[in-house]
Amino acid sequence: MKHLRSIDELGLDGLNKLLQLTDHMAEINQRPVPKVPALRGRTVASLFFEDSTRTRLSFETAAKRLSADTMTFNVSTSSVNKGESLRDTVATITDMGVDAFVVRHKSVGIPWQISAWTTASIINAGDGAHQHPTQALVDCYTIREATHAQNFAGMKVTIVGDIKHSRVARSNIQAFSMLGAKVTLVAPPTLLPPDISHWPVDVSHDLDEVLAESDVLYMLRLQSERMAQGHVPTLREYSEQYGLTQKRVMGLRSNAIVMHPGPMNRGVEMQIDPSDVKNSLIHRQVANGVSVRMAVLFELLGSGSNLGGQA
Amino acid sequence: MSDSIVIKNATIINRTSQLVADVKIENGFVAEVGKNLKGDTLLDASGCIVSSGFVDLHAHLREPGKEEAETIETGSRAGALGGYTALVAMPNTDPPQDSVAVIDFVREQGKRAGLVDVVPSGCITLGRHGESLAPMAELAQAGVTLFTDDGNGVQDAALMRRALEYAKGLGVTLAQHCEVAELTKGAVMNECRCCTDLGLPGWPAIAEELMVFRDIELVRITGASMHFLHLSTKRSVELVRAGKRDGLPITAEVTPHHLSLTEELLSSYNPVFKVNPPLRSTSDIQALKAGLLDGTIDAIATDHAPHPRRDKEMSLDMAPPGMLGLETALGVVLAEGACEIRDIVALMSWNPAKIARIDKAHGCDVAVGNKANLCVFDPELTWSIDINRLASKSVNTPYLGRTLRGRVRHTIFNGLPTVIDGQAQR
Ligand SMILES: [Zn+2]
Repeated sequence: MKHLRSIDELGLDGLNKLLQLTDHMAEINQRPVPKVPALRGRTVASLFFEDSTRTRLSFETAAKRLSADTMTFNVSTSSVNKGESLRDTVATITDMGVDAFVVRHKSVGIPWQISAWTTASIINAGDGAHQHPTQALVDCYTIREATHAQNFAGMKVTIVGDIKHSRVARSNIQAFSMLGAKVTLVAPPTLLPPDISHWPVDVSHDLDEVLAESDVLYMLRLQSERMAQGHVPTLREYSEQYGLTQKRVMGLRSNAIVMHPGPMNRGVEMQIDPSDVKNSLIHRQVANGVSVRMAVLFELLGSGSNLGGQA
Repeated sequence: MSDSIVIKNATIINRTSQLVADVKIENGFVAEVGKNLKGDTLLDASGCIVSSGFVDLHAHLREPGKEEAETIETGSRAGALGGYTALVAMPNTDPPQDSVAVIDFVREQGKRAGLVDVVPSGCITLGRHGESLAPMAELAQAGVTLFTDDGNGVQDAALMRRALEYAKGLGVTLAQHCEVAELTKGAVMNECRCCTDLGLPGWPAIAEELMVFRDIELVRITGASMHFLHLSTKRSVELVRAGKRDGLPITAEVTPHHLSLTEELLSSYNPVFKVNPPLRSTSDIQALKAGLLDGTIDAIATDHAPHPRRDKEMSLDMAPPGMLGLETALGVVLAEGACEIRDIVALMSWNPAKIARIDKAHGCDVAVGNKANLCVFDPELTWSIDINRLASKSVNTPYLGRTLRGRVRHTIFNGLPTVIDGQAQR
């Protein structure tokens, strides 16, 4: 595997392989000294054109636990703003000797464009509303961990919210479906893409209608600018229709799981504190983030090395 | 007496005739058509077509303002290589072509290059801002016959109505870039399944069609003549067809890329495929081709839009729209096989010359006494682009690696060869 840019490119075999590898990484993370020398001498550069301290720290922690060197390019302060092109920036960093770029960008397709300009591996940490494959891996791993299911056959996953603008939704729809889950999208038509007839999903505009049948309820973040853009009249109305309220929590099955990719919009899609939800996996999602990203880095950069030994 | 040129053994395509003969050119005019003609310079044209030179209604030559992308000279050379003898220069320059000074500058630069007739179009509104009319009468006096805000559609329906009324008084034609801006905010590509998968904002067909509809109805009440630029959707073709059936004075063009490339190309994430209006679906292409055949579409125009390499190395959403077209138009259109060669000559020369009102010097039959603005092309020759040999200053062609069919061999402008055997002469 050279790059991780989308779940589609990864495929089912790649997905399963990374989930298995994550088990090893989770075991390493249980150790008193959670560090192995597997990627010693390798360098991982994080290139974040959009602020996301959470995701960046998750990757950098993962890299360090595998003994890789890390470089951080916070692009808001770098030369990209001074007229240097993205291609020049990537070429310069490549020349410093980088084995992988972790890229977050507001624009769709940047990870693919960059892969044409460097020999390093590319890990997509989110491109526009397109893909966020490591988040999907985290979510699949977290569901697997909670349900002990090797695949998701027969599982009903409901994804609620701003599907249209969500890279998390696009990656997760692909990943959940690949593993056999039945995915239902719940959103007002204005927050769905214009044509999804070719997606392997059911669609509902009524959360209460599908609540009781869901094994997993996946809440997406609603950004407040969607109101200004006319996608929803008011956040209050959205919250009433599509937010997770105490009443809706009561309507869930007793073993249903609640997830959210974070950061949460309290009072919008989440009207309750997640700790009030019995089966909330939101904290597990964060905790598993590091293990998943270790698995990804090891798979892309660790050829020839093994996971044994002490750092 | 200047030297004479004889084009040998070409198939001459004229409006009502077709014959194999030699064409002798002297003093800028066609001097003789016949067999076994002699002259100072002989240009072999066996197996080739000779027709009036092509006329592009839609070329962004970028000068003044963006000479990094193209100049009037490099754009003219690209045009000559594509068989063109006249290019209508789009007015979205910097400063824009909304004053006599800029119009004169563009025309003079065209003359200085001397490779094609550069025909400046004028802005409809000042600065192309869509707020108040440009000095259309002054520009018309300076020779402008085609007015457009291309790149922008005129959004304000009342202003567009006034512009049409005013244009009618001047006897000039308005050309619209049909795009309702509120419906295309941030749009990168056609609104389709592919844009759904990519998470990109879509450019819906309705954004074009609403303005086509509006302007057809404005033409109906004003009686002014109107040209529709780069139509890209099935329903747009239907609207224009219905408007023509009603006898309205409207004309329309399509680009070679909207006849040959589809939306899925954007999933390569390569901004070279980003263009405005966007590449559409196969069914739109079929409708555009049908429009070529039944006369709904009058012209094939390139929308030649050079951009420097670094601008096209930006992300899909940030990269400017547009692709090169002048050097590949014929090869793309012939490769598509959408219509007969005679139709192609009509669509690329006769009709656009009339729309641009330059039909005294361009788009004339290859006949004694007519101005020698001619194109000689081999309709069967297959070729592919060598990106290092483009005459354009930019390289943003979407046709790299594709096989094109039909190539310009010689171009004669004002009686002088600008291209011989596929080589620019200057
Ligand atoms: Zn345009």
